Amino acid sequence: MSRIVRAARAVWEFVVGDDPFTALGVVVALGATALIAGAGAPAWWVMPLAAVALLGLSLRRAAR
Amino acid sequence: MSGPEVGLAISVFLACAVEAVEALTIVMAVGVTRSWRWALTGVAAATAVLAVIVAALGPALTALPIDTLRVIVGGLLLVFGLQWLRKAILRYAGLKALRDEDEEFASETDAARAATRAGTGFDAYSFTIAFKGVLLEGLEVVFIVVTFGASQNDIGLAAAAAAVAVAAVVLAGVLVRAPLARVPENTMKFGVGVMLTSFGIFWGSEGAGASWPGGDAALLVIIPGVALVSLAMVRWLRRAPTRRALGEPA
Repeated sequence: MSRIVRAARAVWEFVVGDDPFTALGVVVALGATALIAGAGAPAWWVMPLAAVALLGLSLRRAAR
Repeated sequence: MSGPEVGLAISVFLACAVEAVEALTIVMAVGVTRSWRWALTGVAAATAVLAVIVAALGPALTALPIDTLRVIVGGLLLVFGLQWLRKAILRYAGLKALRDEDEEFASETDAARAATRAGTGFDAYSFTIAFKGVLLEGLEVVFIVVTFGASQNDIGLAAAAAAVAVAAVVLAGVLVRAPLARVPENTMKFGVGVMLTSFGIFWGSEGAGASWPGGDAALLVIIPGVALVSLAMVRWLRRAPTRRALGEPA
């Protein structure tokens, strides 16, 4: 395995860990915030709601 | 000191204290059983490497546009924070074993005793284990300081809070001279998870273009809000009759 692949895997493990759905959800929520804010509407509520939903879903998966 | 500055100092202090506890456990294990001299040499070498990384990373991160930095850092903090919170909540709910520092200390001690010392001089095992432990945990401290500090434009305060945290943990370790089971690690991790998640929500939203009602004062609502929701999730998991039932649709 090349050093680049090992480094990429290490970064992935460090950032994403064992729950890629949560990381993906955060990216989607940030994108939604940017879109709503870009349209001129209040967007501060998106991230808190997304965080609660992602945490709940992550716990639900882990508890299975 | 303003509210956001207090929040910054507390969150950096707690996060760095957790990392310091982990590093200290490793160093104490090899120091007690093998060689304090080479364990501490490993600590010094790791600290020197960390200093170079700080010098290299700090300017690169602060040169980024602030909104870009906030959205990247906010996203990363939120991902880390949710991971920490998930594990801490699962431990509180009894669905994941509490981390046992005594067990980890004994494990490190056994591994150290089992290793063969290379020659009578340089103890490569003590040096390498201490170096690796301090470097890895130290990198996390550097990450916390640079990202928290840069996003609040106050790296000095973040660095000071980290220094106090590391000094406090080292002093505590020296005073008790025992494994660190007395430190309620899951409580600290829960608190750190709340802080990371709260700052991630705040900075991520700002970086993506949202404006918070009340500006920075919104943190005074976000932090207790995240803590309350997390505690409610602990109760929810504790009340669930079985693990299988949790996964079934309501």
